[in-house]
Amino acid sequence: MRSAAATWSLLGVLALLALPWLLAQVLPAGQAQFWTANILGRAIVFGIIAMSLTFLATYGGFVSLAQMMIAGVAGYVLAIFVDGAVPRIVGGLGYSLAVPLGLVAATAMGLLVGAISVRTRDIYLLMITLALAMGVFRFVETNIAWFNGYEGIRNVVGPAMPGFDVRDPMVFYHVALGTAALLYFGVLYLVRSPFGLVLQGIRDNPRRVAALGYSVALHRIAAFGVAGFIAGCGGTLSTIYNIGISPGTIGLGATVNVLIMSVIGGLGHPVGAFIGSLIFTVFDTFAATIYDRDRFNTLIGLVFLVIVLVSPDGAIGIGARLRRLLAAGRR
Amino acid sequence: MDLAATIVLNGLTLAALYFIVASGFSLIFGLMRVVNMAHGAMYMVAGYVGYSVFEPLYDRGAWYAWYAGLGVGVAFAAAFGALVQKLLLGWMQGQELRQALVTIGLSIIVADQLLAVYGGTPRQFFAPDAIFGSTQVPGIGGYPTFRLVQIGIAVAVGLGLWLVLNRTKLGMMIRAGVDDRQMLGACGVNVPLVGVAVFSLGAALAGLGGVIGATAQPLAQGADGRFLLISLVVVIVGGMGSVTGTALGAVLIGLAEQIGQAMFPTYSVILTFVIMVAVLALRPQGMLGRA
Repeated sequence: MRSAAATWSLLGVLALLALPWLLAQVLPAGQAQFWTANILGRAIVFGIIAMSLTFLATYGGFVSLAQMMIAGVAGYVLAIFVDGAVPRIVGGLGYSLAVPLGLVAATAMGLLVGAISVRTRDIYLLMITLALAMGVFRFVETNIAWFNGYEGIRNVVGPAMPGFDVRDPMVFYHVALGTAALLYFGVLYLVRSPFGLVLQGIRDNPRRVAALGYSVALHRIAAFGVAGFIAGCGGTLSTIYNIGISPGTIGLGATVNVLIMSVIGGLGHPVGAFIGSLIFTVFDTFAATIYDRDRFNTLIGLVFLVIVLVSPDGAIGIGARLRRLLAAGRR
Repeated sequence: MDLAATIVLNGLTLAALYFIVASGFSLIFGLMRVVNMAHGAMYMVAGYVGYSVFEPLYDRGAWYAWYAGLGVGVAFAAAFGALVQKLLLGWMQGQELRQALVTIGLSIIVADQLLAVYGGTPRQFFAPDAIFGSTQVPGIGGYPTFRLVQIGIAVAVGLGLWLVLNRTKLGMMIRAGVDDRQMLGACGVNVPLVGVAVFSLGAALAGLGGVIGATAQPLAQGADGRFLLISLVVVIVGGMGSVTGTALGAVLIGLAEQIGQAMFPTYSVILTFVIMVAVLALRPQGMLGRA
């Protein structure tokens, strides 16, 4: 069962790799590029951030609302240290150093969030992670010296080498897809390792895991660190995608958006994060034709509400139910 | 000396507003175990709806404009809260995370519809003449009267809540429900109805905060996030479901915010969160929360 899922995922990644060329064959040139960059590329980037939440929620039972903030930490550290960013805060580093620095910062922030919330569960954890996320948001928004306040930091264009320009939508798409695939299979591998099994044990019964001699606290903090790293990868990509970062990208709206993606897709398997982010991005892009461009939030809020009310396990749950229905029909 | 006293008084008036809003959040959480993520949205709804009643009356020069706005805003929030509990949250009692998600969905829709109806222009109530202007405070000098009234209202809310919870039949049911819902139901109490009443009361407090807050400072889009955050932090620091704890948390956070802003303006937010983290590390249930 597990290996079948992995095989399907591998096939899915291969199909996604080829998708831009297929789109170019079917759609007019402008539209194909739009789909590649603005829908698929964006969906993958946000899918990575959403996956860090799905990972924590599915295997640890921690619904953390701090993941978008952690992604923002990676983005901000990158923007602060990289050369060419406007305004120059520290600068002086190339992308080959600034990006890893951002990832380290995001992982550290993940560990910190995990440590602060280590004694809480369920909705308490939700409240504390949300409070932390909003606290960092308000700090970043009001602090000029380090984060350039409300305006944020612009012109983080991404690395450029001969023959490899991240600003080319095709290149960006494949870099994002490659990162997402590595992280996705990394998560699938991790949850079957001893660490992952302990984590799932903590989700089901922390007292028993503690009685077996494992340190529940350390495993929890480590899981938040892993999720922090994943979110940091997403944050780095989204900062390069947006050519900069501003407090708005880690505000309440963005934080909730990540939650919406994870829930719409389904908290039950990491793939749900990407399904959810794709649905979200498609709605975001075509809200104008469906309802009203300016009222996108109402539309996505309603979709989210319906999903939570009708199918708490999201699109994955709907898929599973359909499969079961079909199987029952065949019998 | 003057400055220090002003900062402390500013902190206390801010704390009064925080207490009014957060007490509703704490009340709902205490009995229902629902994290009402739409609490900030209810604050905002009451402010805007109240204002749309207030404005035409004020333009006509009616003396009761502010009171009418206050009454309608609070009533609207109360009805909204009752409806939310009755229609959406009631039948998923016990599924705490799902309830939190439902209220998040609601808050997105409400905030967006408010933006659609009222636009992005900030609104501000004018307090009635009786509580407008400034009052001489010993040691400080002139101070906005309304902000002092704000403290009075917060004290009244605190006392009122304490009386309702400790001296009335409803309060008795609420306290019994906190300890054992099933037993309360077995005693013949209509627990779902108590739930609707509590949710409505909590939402009304958010609404009261909304109108008062919109009188003290302009109400604009984004207030929902700010006051949701305040409610979360105050309740986390003070202790879940404890009125006294909420008051203590509100005073602590209000003072910390004002002192922080006076001493290190662009780093003031950090002080609030250092307090929160310290409390979490030492007493995860909050300063006065029950374990």
